[in-house]
Amino acid sequence: MSARAAVVNLDHPGHYLHWGVIQISTANAVVIALMVLLFGLALLLPFPKGRERP
Amino acid sequence: MTVTAAPHTWTGRLRGRVQQEFPGDTLLPDRQPIYVASWIYVFGVLTLAALLVVLASGAVLAVAGPQWWHGSGLGHYVNSLHLWSVELFMAFMVIHLWGKFWMAAWRGKRAMTWVTGALCFLGSIGTAFTGYLVQSNLDAQWISTQAKDGLNSAGIGAYFNVMDFGQMLMWHIVLLPSVIGALVVVHVLQVRRRGVVPPFDVGAADRGQAGARP
Repeated sequence: MSARAAVVNLDHPGHYLHWGVIQISTANAVVIALMVLLFGLALLLPFPKGRERP
Repeated sequence: MTVTAAPHTWTGRLRGRVQQEFPGDTLLPDRQPIYVASWIYVFGVLTLAALLVVLASGAVLAVAGPQWWHGSGLGHYVNSLHLWSVELFMAFMVIHLWGKFWMAAWRGKRAMTWVTGALCFLGSIGTAFTGYLVQSNLDAQWISTQAKDGLNSAGIGAYFNVMDFGQMLMWHIVLLPSVIGALVVVHVLQVRRRGVVPPFDVGAADRGQAGARP
């Protein structure tokens, strides 16, 4: 593998997930899952406290 | 020097209206209500930050041209920077949308804030689509030939021809960014004018900021 090769081998057709009439690429499903995870973390994680103001 | 409004001129009326709607602490506040200290309130400004990177990297691509972004190392980098900043822009904007939807952020006379945000979202989808069409590679050709049939079946193709590279380039780098830019400015001004939407259970005493309506 050359130094210029991608970390993930992209030189093949994409993977797709199928649930009945629903078809979505694995890449898009992963992105949506990450967005939902980020949304949940934004609601649950405590926000750092800022400096006290006079 | 004292400047007084001149209500008989349009400039005087406009100045009076701006001063009335956007006094200094409303336009550039240095304090926010306590409920804004939450990560969910960060995604609006993350979207704006990603948009700035999108615009800057897109400007570089527009100046240097496709031979550069397809044929040089730095061109590949800026091309990827444009793609990934758009990915983050869309992701942050959708998470911002989810948060505001579940807060019912149109409350307290914030309907125009919601509407301008929704229009920004729709316009961004169109801008991303035209961006795919002007990559000047096989991917762009494939997407345009696939899209033309759907658009032609709706009668749009006569005015919005996805096979016309020049037309799609102008939509992507002039028309749509101008509209989205103007909408974003109006959206942010509406946020400043009405204040950040409070959670449902926040009382008047905790809103703090003037103009933070329920």
